[in-house]
Amino acid sequence: MTGWQNNRAARDARIAAGAGFARGKLVEAQDATHLLEAVIRPGDRVCLEGDNQKQADLLSRALLAVDLAKVSDLHMVQSGVVLPEHLDLFDRGVAKRLDYAYSGPQSARIARMLFGGKIELGAVHTYLELFARYFIDLTPHVALIAAVSADREGNLYTGPNTEDTPTVVEATAFKDGVVIAQVNEIVDAVPRVDIPADRVHFIVKSDKPFFVEPLFTRDPAAITEGQILTAMLAIKGIYAPYAVQRLNHGIGFSTAAIELLLPTFGERLGLKGQIATHFALNPHPALIPAIESGWVRQIHSFGSEVGMDDYIRARSDVYFTGPDGSLRSNRAFCQTAGLYACDMFIGSTLQIDLQGNSSTVTASRIAGFGGAPNMGADARGRRHPSEPWLKAGAEADPDGSALMRRGRKLVVQIGETFGDKNVPLFVEKLDAIELAEKLNLDLAPIMIYGDDVTHIVTEEGVANLLLCRTAQEREQAIRGVAGYTDVGRRRDHGMVARLRERGVIRRPEDLGINPLDADRSMLAARSIKDLVRWSGGLYSPPSKFRNW
Amino acid sequence: MEDLRFEHSVSARAGGSRTSAIVGVVASGNLEVLVERVLPDTECAIDIKTAAIGFGEVWTAVIGDFVERHSPGGLRFSINDGGARPDTVSLRLAQAVRLIAENGQ
Repeated sequence: MTGWQNNRAARDARIAAGAGFARGKLVEAQDATHLLEAVIRPGDRVCLEGDNQKQADLLSRALLAVDLAKVSDLHMVQSGVVLPEHLDLFDRGVAKRLDYAYSGPQSARIARMLFGGKIELGAVHTYLELFARYFIDLTPHVALIAAVSADREGNLYTGPNTEDTPTVVEATAFKDGVVIAQVNEIVDAVPRVDIPADRVHFIVKSDKPFFVEPLFTRDPAAITEGQILTAMLAIKGIYAPYAVQRLNHGIGFSTAAIELLLPTFGERLGLKGQIATHFALNPHPALIPAIESGWVRQIHSFGSEVGMDDYIRARSDVYFTGPDGSLRSNRAFCQTAGLYACDMFIGSTLQIDLQGNSSTVTASRIAGFGGAPNMGADARGRRHPSEPWLKAGAEADPDGSALMRRGRKLVVQIGETFGDKNVPLFVEKLDAIELAEKLNLDLAPIMIYGDDVTHIVTEEGVANLLLCRTAQEREQAIRGVAGYTDVGRRRDHGMVARLRERGVIRRPEDLGINPLDADRSMLAARSIKDLVRWSGGLYSPPSKFRNW
Repeated sequence: MEDLRFEHSVSARAGGSRTSAIVGVVASGNLEVLVERVLPDTECAIDIKTAAIGFGEVWTAVIGDFVERHSPGGLRFSINDGGARPDTVSLRLAQAVRLIAENGQ
């Protein structure tokens, strides 16, 4: 029989089947697997909320335990493949196909399973891209999400880690899908409504709080002098001349070093109020000294960070907070903010080739993309001017008409020429290409394309790729900051010297940076304990970062 | 351990009036550099004791770039290396030449 509301009828039938295991919307934790067997159909598209940080871990385990005669061959559409259970689903045959964005902690195993054919891969996305597809061709039939608390009607409080939840629920609930939430507790009244009850069909109370990992905490004690020198080069060679106020920082020690140099080195340069005032950024503990010194006016966040809750609550002038006082994060909105409203992205990577393409994929690890490609890309739909954007556009096209010329986002790759375990940052050929060939992919997994990269900063200097006029100049500009890696040592010395004369390459001495300042005493905080002190005791670091 | 020695002719005398300076520490992945103003103005010498064997070619490149960029005439450098990366060596040498160029004893 044909009709126009078949999907709604199917949704109602799923809910009716699940209702047998519920009192109202409430389901006991031990009945979670039965609930999923009743609601989910073989081959369904399922979003198992695995965000960058927050994990629907109870529902993951419940899904893993289903009877394969009832539930199998699922198509998982989730941003983060983070927990071992996320991959166990494929080993067991509960799930077959995968579309995702980020797989940091599981990067080695996911690579093995892709090579072994255990996973049928749709594509590796950026966050915004996967979210977009939730509304076009990857709409979930069932969403399994995580929240802090629920009331009996099903209103959800997500707490500071709201992250992807509103996006996932929007796509599922308004297209005849079923939303099942695990919550840490059932309360009479939620502190604030992050997800309204009429979008939530079942609630499972978890026996323990959902898993959250402190992904954005970098211990200042581990920052090296090389990273400090590199950070000074970035501040004096890029932040200052472009007057970058609106920006996003990637994760890593280099950007943590920048955050910790703002109140010291930045202050000495008289840059307070001129740079780094508005951020799309998770609540990085390393930014506390800059916030306390009055550098930062506003931060919107993708998610939260473990230990930062009380600090954020007390600094609501800086962060976005709800009527309950706690952080409201939202990954989709923050990604959009980073793409359209920031003038600079600066972050680290694992490999950069001679055209400036970068990738975090190595031969045995597929970490996915997460958000960096959205931050680290020129937004072709951008129309509002700003000083850094116009200046970068003018450098790239000095002869173009000022009224017709597009600006450029500053996309900066920062790192030491030799990374962890002395692995060179610069390579002739990315491992990502080899991987694409082996897995027969249509596209190599490139994190940031070379034509979007505007600057590369290493301890050897700043390469401004906007000023390069030929592919050969670009290659030599990259070799010219590649230090003593093989790529760096194969430079054309004459050409690099000429690029330096033109200011395409700038060395520490060209920027008036005293190498003696590359000292840990220059960091505003030199330990996690210093960060706690700067916060007036409001920052409460997780135990793995405590050594007192 | 490996001992290496480099001697370069240099166009200009290193600035400043200090007679010696020391930077860095002897530790794994780090190095200590003692610099002394003891040579004629157009000479420079670098003595290296390193824990990492077989990196003579990289040392040659690092020292060559350093001499070209900083023109450390009149200086003798004594390096105690704990297997530092070349970028760390470059930074320590730049720090040493800067420190001896500062005014002081």
